[in-house]
Amino acid sequence: MLRDITIGQFFPGDSIIHRLDPRFKIIITIIYIVMLFIGRSFWCLLVGAVFTVMAILLSKIPFKMFLKSVKPLLPFLLITALLNLFLVDSGETLFQWRFLKITEGGLNISVFMMVRIVMLIMGSSLLTYTTSPITLTDAIERLLSPLKKLRFPVHELAMMMSIALRFIPTLIEETDKIMSAQKARGAEIDTGSFMNRARNMIAILIPLFISSFRRADELATAMECRCYNGGEGRTRLRQMHSAARDYIALAVTLLFLAAAIVISILTK
Amino acid sequence: MPILETKGLTYTYSPGTPFEKTAVDHVDLSISEGELIGVMGHTGSGKSTLIQHFNGLLRPTSGQILLEGKDIWEDKTKIRDVRFKVGLVFQYPEYQIFEETVYKDIAFGPKNMGLDENEIKRRVLETASDIGLREELLERSPFELSGGQKRRVAIAGVMAMEPKVLILDEPTAGLDPAGRDKILSHIKAYHERTKNTILIVSHSMEDIAGFADRILVMNHARLFCCDEVKRVFGRAEELTEIGLDVPQITKVFMRLRQKGIDFGKEVYTVGYAKELLLRELRERGRL
Repeated sequence: MLRDITIGQFFPGDSIIHRLDPRFKIIITIIYIVMLFIGRSFWCLLVGAVFTVMAILLSKIPFKMFLKSVKPLLPFLLITALLNLFLVDSGETLFQWRFLKITEGGLNISVFMMVRIVMLIMGSSLLTYTTSPITLTDAIERLLSPLKKLRFPVHELAMMMSIALRFIPTLIEETDKIMSAQKARGAEIDTGSFMNRARNMIAILIPLFISSFRRADELATAMECRCYNGGEGRTRLRQMHSAARDYIALAVTLLFLAAAIVISILTK
Repeated sequence: MPILETKGLTYTYSPGTPFEKTAVDHVDLSISEGELIGVMGHTGSGKSTLIQHFNGLLRPTSGQILLEGKDIWEDKTKIRDVRFKVGLVFQYPEYQIFEETVYKDIAFGPKNMGLDENEIKRRVLETASDIGLREELLERSPFELSGGQKRRVAIAGVMAMEPKVLILDEPTAGLDPAGRDKILSHIKAYHERTKNTILIVSHSMEDIAGFADRILVMNHARLFCCDEVKRVFGRAEELTEIGLDVPQITKVFMRLRQKGIDFGKEVYTVGYAKELLLRELRERGRL
């Protein structure tokens, strides 16, 4: 159950998408999101869809993993779709039963929003699937570094982010272990009455909190032992270099964006 | 009738994904009541996955686990009862402690069994003394205790359910020699008093050789062997090949045999080695 969580999961590989400069990948993802939200017609979405499929094929990551990334957000998707379906009132009425009414406009918007959100999730999953969390936060740090002039703690923010990302799988594993241990002592977690289950959550949360604090403490000590004192004057093991392929990828993305803009103006 | 039996037990992690991995592969086992079994295997050999099947935490992909001759998955709703009959102590069990007092934490399992206060009290006091926790510790917070004491509290928490089969996953990992000996001797005493079946997973051959009846060895998801101690350590070369080790004293006697001094017996405890050497020396009239 807990193993299904794929947020922040990284699939090592050597595809062209993996090799792109992470800074460019973040910018491209932002442009991609703009591309998805710029138009109001299905033609615009088609441009986005072509882009998504192309990127997914280039990444050589099985399509199944992208479906898996959508799965946890399915309830949210369904609620959005249902709300749009029943609440938008425009165009021809297709179906009516007492106060429930489905109109053509509602159906359109409902499908449109679904597709848009699914593509949004898939696109951002592609970013995390092909970029290791560490390089990702490195790239964010570099992209935000102009804010340092405004005394914004960019490095500290990036460090906190990478630590948080780093510990997601660890905490999942830890939770799994503690759950098993308490189940072995007869705690009802998946079964039993609601009150029992709620009470047994305490048996999981307290050990989890304690071990998180312990881990944080150990990590702080380990960092201090290695003379960590913030980002000032710190050099990097991996330098980021942009190559021709990064600029080409950016250019292609901008082309798609331009196409989306043109189509959205034409279909207005 | 064996108390615990597996038939063609197979378990695959994340089937159908790129991470698919068979952790336990067609394991057939039979464990009799009252046995003390050592479980060995290199890291990732599937021993932890295997023992999590015995109390129904994992459900086999295929195959069966029989507890007292009955398939534990026959009735899914009764799986909790299986967990009370087969107690499992995880690695570093002190990390699962959560109650305010030692007493309450040990009582967590028995309470889940729905026992009455008197019975719970009897069990907590009994297991605390079994595992060597002084009574005045019972009202203390478990988080104030030393590492070894915490470990013993956690083990007591499972023992207090009075399971017919007690499984301990590396109960001595990360403890100093004194703490290790203490836990092992308490487990041994518990075994002698209750005559319950015990399985101990351990990396330390010295720990296991001393008091196990049989040794179960896992290798690459398969059962390598499950046999008497002397027979297992008799296959020292094979054990070394699969990344395991034999007790140091066994190695000494193997070297002696290579040098032509053969005692004709497998030696795996220091005490027995001493006895054997003294007898030999007496026979030769050098003592």
